[in-house]
Amino acid sequence: MNRLRTAPPVNVNPQRLFPRPGLRMMAATRRENNVTHPQTPRAEVLRVQGLRVAFDHPLGLVRAVDDVAFALRAGERLGLAGESGSGKSTMALAILRMIKPPGRIDGGRVFFDGQDITDLGIEEMRRLRLAGIAMVPQGSMNSLNPVLRIGAQIADALRDHDVPPAEHAARIAELLPQVGLKPEVAHSYPHELSGGMKQRACIAIAICLKPKVIIADEPTSALDVVVQRQVMQTLAEVQRTLGAAVILVGHDMGLMAQFVDRLGVMYAGRLVELAPIADIITRPRHPYTQALISSLPSLERRAPMLGIPGLAPLLRDLPPGCAFHPRCAACFDRCRTEKPAVRQVAAEAWVACHLAETPP
Amino acid sequence: MSVLLQAERVSKHFPGARFGNPGTVALDPMSLAIDSARPAITAVVGESGSGKTTLARVLLGLVAPTGGRVLYRGEDLTTLDGEARQSFRRDVQAVFQDPYEVYNPFYRVDHVLTTPVRKFRLARSKAAERDLIATALRSVGLRPEEILGRYPHQLSGGQRQRIMVARAVLIRPKLIVADEPVSMVDASLRATILGSLARLNQEMGISIIYITHDLATAYQVSHNLLVMYRAAVVEAGDAERIVQAPQHPYTQLLISAIPQADTNRVWLDTNREAAGAADPAGCRFAPRCPRADAACAAAPPLLRVAPDRAVACFRAPDGTVLRELGEVLAGHDGVSQEG
Repeated sequence: MNRLRTAPPVNVNPQRLFPRPGLRMMAATRRENNVTHPQTPRAEVLRVQGLRVAFDHPLGLVRAVDDVAFALRAGERLGLAGESGSGKSTMALAILRMIKPPGRIDGGRVFFDGQDITDLGIEEMRRLRLAGIAMVPQGSMNSLNPVLRIGAQIADALRDHDVPPAEHAARIAELLPQVGLKPEVAHSYPHELSGGMKQRACIAIAICLKPKVIIADEPTSALDVVVQRQVMQTLAEVQRTLGAAVILVGHDMGLMAQFVDRLGVMYAGRLVELAPIADIITRPRHPYTQALISSLPSLERRAPMLGIPGLAPLLRDLPPGCAFHPRCAACFDRCRTEKPAVRQVAAEAWVACHLAETPP
Repeated sequence: MSVLLQAERVSKHFPGARFGNPGTVALDPMSLAIDSARPAITAVVGESGSGKTTLARVLLGLVAPTGGRVLYRGEDLTTLDGEARQSFRRDVQAVFQDPYEVYNPFYRVDHVLTTPVRKFRLARSKAAERDLIATALRSVGLRPEEILGRYPHQLSGGQRQRIMVARAVLIRPKLIVADEPVSMVDASLRATILGSLARLNQEMGISIIYITHDLATAYQVSHNLLVMYRAAVVEAGDAERIVQAPQHPYTQLLISAIPQADTNRVWLDTNREAAGAADPAGCRFAPRCPRADAACAAAPPLLRVAPDRAVACFRAPDGTVLRELGEVLAGHDGVSQEG
């Protein structure tokens, strides 16, 4: 801790201090990783291009999100899966420009509704949050204010976005039934609600200004399966009524398979695969995606449970070449030296793996 | 027959703090015998608040039951004398949910491993102690040189949880009660930790009670299942049969709610569940049950409907009243026990 406080000013270039081949490689391959997605019939509501997030650390630069590119279509459900530390939550925060120091967004652009929001001022960005892009946070237990009633917390959000106070009560009474809560819940404190109800209250706050994009960061990670399904059902319903697009961040491939239309898989800060969900589940192209799917316990039959061998790499000390190669069963020489670029392998599928370059 | 631990109609009621507050029934009277001669993995599955953790704590002697008693080799847990208590503490080990909370952050992780070795005099010399600890760590897939000498914050959650399993291995208990051991680790690490528990059962003949809310992992690793709902066991028996053909409506609901890697399956349920207050005298699941009728105003007894199956539902086939849950649970040789 002490070392952190007495660390040199953060403008020291870590690449000069720690010249590692991995970092230089990143810089070299950056350009070709900027994949452009084809125009699709459904309008794009959000587009992320080459997004990069770095955290300054006394021991070197931690690249939490590295060159992530994807487009989100109106009304679509997109999943972002990966282990803890893969950068999926950081990326969700980066879209909303909510990265706090020592973290910073150091590259890439975000477009919302065709407008570049990367350089939006602080005040404009604040207005866009919730009204345009809303977030359902992870662990609703900790994101609600324990000393305020639910109604007051929704009113807070409404007031902050200039909804006249006279309308608050009516809006709240209309919102709560939408997420399957009784209007009386407005008078309850968070501790009086169950985990599922708290999560619904968080969804109510997220949709109070009818956003076009809802980012749900592991919204059900602390709930049991029956309640999880009810909460996801609620999310699906409000999404349909609002016509909003949803980004679901999580690590449960089962939940992804049952909920999203397309899935992006993140590993060590990079989007290593992006494809329609049916495609990914039946024919995962990246070995990491394959491992994630096979680590899911099945209810069909008993089989030895497969973990993913090894540990997720340290982001400030990534292995050279493909970051997944030390854990990959299909690793060959090229994987150890050359970082695979994200390539389009089918109309709707992108993958960053040397194996996927030569179709089998 | 060598009954290691026997719960006789144990129940737990937490009284309300104020007048008029009836308190919480955490565990309805239940009986369970754990036979160390026939070690099996028994999973206790249920939603939060179903009483599964209370059951674990009662079996571990951490919570005194309100009714009934827990016997360790025939002696009541609450009145064990020094020597028997020592032996109980050795035979019955716990692995807890939170691999962050169980460590003292000021001690190196070695501390949790050397303490039991010294306490139970498992090694004669420092060298023997080191060997013992190294072997235990290797048996759960950890490299001792990467683990020993580190502080808890230097290790990942998965590593910390595996050290707890290694600690249990070290002591060579007869029974491990694992309360949600994998709920706080990544999906990719779950398999490794559950795999080491399964190996302990197969190779060392340790009985395991695996408490979880995740029916899918329970099905993958355990021989027996106990499904709990609001303080009572609603279905018990062979894990394979329960998952393939659940008989209690709650078990059916639980299985249908598990998300699976199958995009063709319809998972989201369209009709929102009506959740009313349960009649304390009747079936607790009735307000949520699609098949509930007038009969459900009475509490359904846990009936043994097959040699390896017990269900507490009036809609289940007829059977005889089950006295003790162990009757429908199999040992890992797969032979079900005589009633």
